[in-house]
Amino acid sequence: MSVRTAPIAHPVDGREIAVARPKHVWRWVAGIVVLAVVAWLLWEIVANPRLDWSIVGDYLFDKRIIDGIWVTIEISILATVLGLVLGVVLAVMKLAHNPVLRWTATGYIGFFRGTPLLVQLIFWYNLAFLFPILIVKIPFTETGVYWDTNAVMTGFTAAMLGLGLNLAAYFAETVRAGIQAVDPGQSEAAYALGMTPAKRMRVIVLPQALRIIIPPTGNEFISMLKTTSLVYVVAGHDLMTNASQIYKQNNQIIELLIVASVWYMVMTAIATLLQSRLERRYGSDAVRMVRKGGVADRLLRKQTAPTAGVLA
Amino acid sequence: MSERSERLDTSVVIADQVRMGFGDVEVLRGVDLEVDAGEVACIVGPSGSGKSTFLRCINGLETVEQGSLRVLDQQVGFELGNGKYHPWSAKRFATFRTDIGMVFQRFNLFAHQSVIENVMCAQVQVAGRSKKVAHDEAVAQLERVGLSEHAHKKPHQLSGGQQQRVAIARALAMHPKVMLFDEPTSALDPELVDEVLVVMKALAEDGMTMVVVTHEIGFAREVGDTLSMFADGVIIEHGRARDVLDDPQHERTRNFLASVR
Ligand SMILES: Nc1ncnc2c1ncn2[C@@H]1O[C@H](COP(=O)(O)OP(=O)(O)OP(=O)(O)O)[C@@H](O)[C@H]1O
Ligand SMILES: [Mg+2]
Repeated sequence: MSVRTAPIAHPVDGREIAVARPKHVWRWVAGIVVLAVVAWLLWEIVANPRLDWSIVGDYLFDKRIIDGIWVTIEISILATVLGLVLGVVLAVMKLAHNPVLRWTATGYIGFFRGTPLLVQLIFWYNLAFLFPILIVKIPFTETGVYWDTNAVMTGFTAAMLGLGLNLAAYFAETVRAGIQAVDPGQSEAAYALGMTPAKRMRVIVLPQALRIIIPPTGNEFISMLKTTSLVYVVAGHDLMTNASQIYKQNNQIIELLIVASVWYMVMTAIATLLQSRLERRYGSDAVRMVRKGGVADRLLRKQTAPTAGVLA
Repeated sequence: MSERSERLDTSVVIADQVRMGFGDVEVLRGVDLEVDAGEVACIVGPSGSGKSTFLRCINGLETVEQGSLRVLDQQVGFELGNGKYHPWSAKRFATFRTDIGMVFQRFNLFAHQSVIENVMCAQVQVAGRSKKVAHDEAVAQLERVGLSEHAHKKPHQLSGGQQQRVAIARALAMHPKVMLFDEPTSALDPELVDEVLVVMKALAEDGMTMVVVTHEIGFAREVGDTLSMFADGVIIEHGRARDVLDDPQHERTRNFLASVR
């Protein structure tokens, strides 16, 4: 609500009478109380004699930490890509006429959403218990490639697979919603022009579903950056694993958690910025409107699409 | 039969007691219709009488359940082999549909593509033409419907009439042998109806075979060769467009025509 400052004419003699500024007493009280609590909490942490900030500074750019950041980014990207691709496949399967495909997708989604991610990660890491050797061979022959499962299932691959397969189950629902939100008339026109169902999906439906799919994708990636910290249970050599290995040696647990948190926040901030760009490029107009005026919006304003105003 | 169809004696559409329904509801209950090459066949009838469904059967978007529907010398949806009719594959349907253009009430332009991309898309993706050839064809078709200047706009930047003309250009670019129109002007503001009808009339004069579901009686009279009146899933009256319009035989036709005029 805007505040009125212009005077108002008196109903009888028409004299201009000034409008008093509203006094927001409770706004001030609430603001001061909250500020005080926040300041006190911060002070308790920042000035805590048992917290050694010089250690935070020492480890912020430690080689192991920096290496871990790169592994975290790598796992996040690979797992997200795996999750997105598989998620699209699952979504298409779920919408297929073939009941076997539908049930398979439903079963997959049920399994991966129904079990904790932590359990899945440890499961993949220990796959060698079930299958000591991984084989890719031509059926009924001895020609093929063999791997020692333990050599393949490193913490890194277990992390990537675990996170990617899990994301796929969640992402499939997003993709399905996106596909179903595309006007059925688009498919009719595609069929009428002689497209096969697959071509219609690839050329007409999926590109339009992207408007709905892309915005949550950014969120998935951002949450993935932080979920990767779970892979420290399988020693994935990511940021969290490496930070924990350092604090297990020197016992500076809180300091290293702060170091890790700082970097997670930096990564999240960068990813959020990239997300705004993506949304600007593909996102729906609704998304654009919600985000309007945000920090990212002001930073990226020059990118505004030329057609943005037309639908208003 | 019209003068035009007497010259060309091949039938493009032959519907013989076509029946189909959705679940328990019977929508088409024995439709008979022949459309000759070069003919403009108009279809009128009240809402829900099965006009759209019949049109969609012609290009195989719906499956005929009983009776026979032959389009361009093919039994729609089925191939004769070894003494049996075998259902078409999705690919076979797709091939069949490249010969049939369809224009929808709600235009259905591809929302993520520009006007020219809409007209090029199926040419490249389906007909396998090169980008260059498809582009030249698209430019020519857009010229034909009078929209060359709008080639690079997105569909939502055009008026309804312009969108519908793009939809016509998009269908024509595939060089169809027959064009199906499902109430192409019903979603338009009244002042935009004519620009679409003008394009359709020109198309008819070029000799295109057309099946047109429409409530534009003026268009049916001027351009239509035959007119079929649908009611409750059957054609209750059929004849030369002018004859039916000037002297409807059936009580329901009279009432219907009075209601749309
Ligand atoms: N996909 C569908 N599933 C179930 N019923 C349908 C479907 N499509 C159409 N119908 C029904 O079939 C009947 C005929 O529909 P159709 O669209 O062919 O009528 P129409 O003559 O084109 O009417 P209108 O003038 O309103 O377009 C209607 O009762 C409609 O409700
Ligand atoms: Mg209809």
